[in-house]
Amino acid sequence: MTLGTIEKKIFPSFIESLIREREVVGVQEKVEGKYEFAPLESATQLCLEYDVTILPPKKYFLPPRETLLRFKTGKTVSCEPVLESRPLIIIGVHPYDLKAIAQLDRIFAEGNLDEHYRKRRQDTMIIGVDIRRASPFAFCKSMNSATVQEGFDLLLTDIGEGYVVTVGTPPGQKLLEKHAPARAATEKEIAKRHEIQEKIPYLFSLNTVTTPYDELPKLLAQQEESKLFEELAEKCFGCGTCNLVCPTCYCFDVEDDLALNLTDGERFRFWDGCLLDGFAKVATGENFREDRAERIRHRLFRKGKYIYEKYGEHGCVGCGRCASACLPDIANPVDIFNRLKEGK
Amino acid sequence: MTAVEVQQTSLYLPSLAEIVRTEQLTKMEKLLEIKLKSGQDLGHQPGQFVEVSLFGIGEAPISVSSSPTKKGSFELAVRAVGNVTKALHRLEPGALVGIRGPFGKGFPVEELKGKDILFVAGGIGLVPLRSLINYVLDRRSDFGRVLVLFGAKTPAEQLFLKELAQWRESKNMEYWETVDRTDGQWQGNVGVITTLFPKITIDPQKTVAVIVGPPIMYRFAILEAQVKGIPDDQIIVSLERRMKCGVGKCGHCQINQVYVCQDGPVFNYAQIKDLKEAI
Repeated sequence: MTLGTIEKKIFPSFIESLIREREVVGVQEKVEGKYEFAPLESATQLCLEYDVTILPPKKYFLPPRETLLRFKTGKTVSCEPVLESRPLIIIGVHPYDLKAIAQLDRIFAEGNLDEHYRKRRQDTMIIGVDIRRASPFAFCKSMNSATVQEGFDLLLTDIGEGYVVTVGTPPGQKLLEKHAPARAATEKEIAKRHEIQEKIPYLFSLNTVTTPYDELPKLLAQQEESKLFEELAEKCFGCGTCNLVCPTCYCFDVEDDLALNLTDGERFRFWDGCLLDGFAKVATGENFREDRAERIRHRLFRKGKYIYEKYGEHGCVGCGRCASACLPDIANPVDIFNRLKEGK
Repeated sequence: MTAVEVQQTSLYLPSLAEIVRTEQLTKMEKLLEIKLKSGQDLGHQPGQFVEVSLFGIGEAPISVSSSPTKKGSFELAVRAVGNVTKALHRLEPGALVGIRGPFGKGFPVEELKGKDILFVAGGIGLVPLRSLINYVLDRRSDFGRVLVLFGAKTPAEQLFLKELAQWRESKNMEYWETVDRTDGQWQGNVGVITTLFPKITIDPQKTVAVIVGPPIMYRFAILEAQVKGIPDDQIIVSLERRMKCGVGKCGHCQINQVYVCQDGPVFNYAQIKDLKEAI
């Protein structure tokens, strides 16, 4: 693993150089204390000392609405796939989001390769950044996502006077060489990076899941019939915001759009959510998860059991976005897991 | 600027196919015989499904109703309940549709060889089951006894009348039928499908029950099969779910951790009896 250092005084010129070369998105303060990934026009917009963004960067690989096919209908019928993508750099991705992206990479590649996702992902370079500030809702220590060893092209660690850059991939190395002739990190800087990274999990000490990571599936299996889901359902709006802001939720629906000429059209997919009422409903009217409590349970089990059993890691990375976005305040996985543990 | 690349690699790209024949089966169900424009066979297994596209309207998962022993074309029997299926009912021969698939795990044909098979079909459960019944009848010597229990709500809702007439007369199989409600003309059994079970005798160890019907039917029909002594891993069902993408990505068909479009729609009861939402 190559380590370099970019001093803070030349860091803006690194970002400006990237912006000159291709489209760059980075973390920006949208309104006071609320952050988002958005296109960068200048280095001054970039804010690397943030807690969490409103939406995760998955929107760049699985857009909220994405055209899959274009077709012609009527007298002649034809269709062709649409694979839209462009070279992109994303700057400022936190480790929990890097883990989520790595998980989506697996899910969209496994079994049947989803070329629409793969192409966007392949065209994107990711510059991660180590966490400096914790969101009060985040519980990354519990979900093993406070720091990462992989899943980035470059990773920045703020050591005060500069950033230590960890090179994750050969394209990352090239990008660094071309845009920021970083010098090799000194032993002292490497030691400082190590010291900072060691402490990051403890930023989340106040918000922890009481069940160990690998024992969550067992807990959930035991609590499948818990009355807690019904209790939460009484307050839940069924709005699906928890799905919307989740970095590992990837379910989508598909619809056709027909132009006014009734000939040209496109088929597109768009984000769907398992908390929404009609998610499991079939055309005959049968709804296989009609009760909100069943849908709440399904989401929680996706995050703490099903994905783990398939991939060996949880479908929750502890970002806390669902907890912070939920209006009736019932979506917090820490609360739910801990209450299930206590059996109440 | 957004670069647009056109490749033939999307999971979601249908193949064009032509409707070559249609037949109104009941008031609600229509049979569509379809040929792929490529000229190839669909290459399905009994019990698999396809995603049928009508461009501008959408795509819906539909079970293949014909046996793969029928070459050159395949058949779907479609109930008009949603946007796509209602539009499919309006199509005439010569119309083009899109087809993706076949998808999913079909019936375990190899495991059925040499076994007695008890088919239990409720309503349009006969549509997917027909792909296996006709397969078995076409390879009759590979299998033991063939029993078919078919229940419809009313006589008017019985599908595939010509085939039913043949099955009633056939020496190759034992066919039993019932309707939930009679229309006055009906001479046969009246009652739900479970009322047919006491009429048959089987060797439970040698018998595989293959049950397809509406969600409500499974609980009771599976219980009857168990009462007959058929082990859980010899009770086979095909589950309906919202299989929007067919390729294990969109999430709609999940039962707990199971993707019905990939791991099913055919399951044996031992596989799913502990899945909370399955039956």
